[in-house]
Amino acid sequence: MNADTPPAPDWDELPHPAAPVPQAPPPPVPPPARGDGALVPQASLSGPMPWVIAIMVAMTVIAAAAGIALSNVAGSARAELSGGVTVQIVEARPELRDRQADAAARLLRGESGVVSVRAVPQAEIDALISPWLGEGRDEAGAIPVPALLDVRLDSGDGAAIPPARLAELRQRLRAVAPAARVDAQTGWLKPVFGAIASLQWLAVALVLLLAAAMSAAVLLAARSALGSHRETIEIVHLLGGTDIQIARIFQRATAIDAAVGGGAGFALAVAVILLLGSRFAELSAGLVDNGALLWTDWLLLVLVPVAAVALATVTARLSVLSSLRNL
Amino acid sequence: MNSENPGEIARFDNVGLRYGTDREVLTDVSFTLYKGSFYFLTGASGAGKSSLLRLLYLAQRPSRGVIRMFGTDAITLPRERLPGFRRRLGVVFQDFRLVPHLSAFDNVALPLRVAGVPEDDVTRPVADMLEWVGLGDRMAARPATLSGGEQQRVAIARAVIGRPDLLVADEPTGNVDPEMAVKLLRLFEALNRLGTTVVVATHDVHLLRKVPDSLIMRLDKGRLSDPTGALRYPPRRQVPA
Repeated sequence: MNADTPPAPDWDELPHPAAPVPQAPPPPVPPPARGDGALVPQASLSGPMPWVIAIMVAMTVIAAAAGIALSNVAGSARAELSGGVTVQIVEARPELRDRQADAAARLLRGESGVVSVRAVPQAEIDALISPWLGEGRDEAGAIPVPALLDVRLDSGDGAAIPPARLAELRQRLRAVAPAARVDAQTGWLKPVFGAIASLQWLAVALVLLLAAAMSAAVLLAARSALGSHRETIEIVHLLGGTDIQIARIFQRATAIDAAVGGGAGFALAVAVILLLGSRFAELSAGLVDNGALLWTDWLLLVLVPVAAVALATVTARLSVLSSLRNL
Repeated sequence: MNSENPGEIARFDNVGLRYGTDREVLTDVSFTLYKGSFYFLTGASGAGKSSLLRLLYLAQRPSRGVIRMFGTDAITLPRERLPGFRRRLGVVFQDFRLVPHLSAFDNVALPLRVAGVPEDDVTRPVADMLEWVGLGDRMAARPATLSGGEQQRVAIARAVIGRPDLLVADEPTGNVDPEMAVKLLRLFEALNRLGTTVVVATHDVHLLRKVPDSLIMRLDKGRLSDPTGALRYPPRRQVPA
């Protein structure tokens, strides 16, 4: 060996191969980039991904909230109207009308399965029709208005009243009140319930479409990031890194993006929902009031960003593993 | 399937390699690398040195022939078993292939971290290794701020830090001054004395004389020159007991 040649390192001094420890004080060691995640910088993976996820989560939460609110409206209306029957006495002559109404009420109170019978007061009827006929309807009753009986039947678990039961009531009422018309209250709102159900399905479809769109966005972003970090990935592979280790880097980065985006999106959605909620509350319009979200509904909505993080993470992992197999 | 000879690190039998439909860049290459041996791979530019090294560090599968690494058929090795084999290799790439956004320290620490070595057991050896290759004051530097020679030393430190069973180095002294070249060669020798098989591809004929017990593998237009058959069937004395 040449005299100028430095001594060979003594590997046995260290747990891993390294040169002899220098006599001088050890140099300051830079803070290491700990963990696999340091292999690819988070910023270069993210790009617009947190924003995309924020928008997707906000839209999903709003769509889900709309679906839940509609469900609440429908559920509340059903509960209110289930077992409800309206008996109208459509008779122009006031005396005859009142007589038939009394007779119908007496008969119904004696019927089995009838929970309550309430004769709707004239003042209430006047208030109901005042938007169409105006205040101060003539006392003489020039415009005949039917007498109304609000009847509650025992409908068990809120199911609709069977048509056979209604037909039976009509049959029995005909004998004492030939001018009686019997309608199930839920029947009036059937088209409304149909429309609400359609909107609920639309909300479900929107949530699913947004989830699919978010998965597609994450998949494209993961593949793009893989492409731009191909060199680093090759190095890690050649140093003995596994596909799982590399996938973990990308899924962690995606999870962070999704958590940031999901949080921002959820905050935005909450602001929008509260704003819309306050606007609808100002309407004080019967059914709409019942659409307010319950705390259990909010818990369900909180699951949206959580599910978004999980979905984005799994999508990133699967797409990266799939791409790595083709490298 | 394991090899019958435990001292055998790598064995190539009639290996051929072509890229796409071009002519073969390696033809009928046959040799055996034994544990603790030191090899120089020489040949003119385009002779196939880098291609042979790519086969050795499992970055490439051959077009034909048989390659056995550490007693196992490397050609039919399933993908999920490759990392385990690659962790037994140390590679100095001709173009260094450092991770650009990691510091010199983190680049050298990479093989240990990939192998799951606890962080406490990473810091000291990596710092000492960088100190030894003369980069103690450049630990936090990114590759882009290092000179070619400094990058090469980082690449070498990264290749040897895990004390590999087989060290493959492609022109490892091409960008350093003669004194550092000799120093790095001593590093390889020290590793070799501990049982690591070393294969160094080089154009530098002066370097060959620095390691007297080394074997020369000479490639000429993709064919390995082995007139005596010593590379394929090494003399008994060169095979460790």
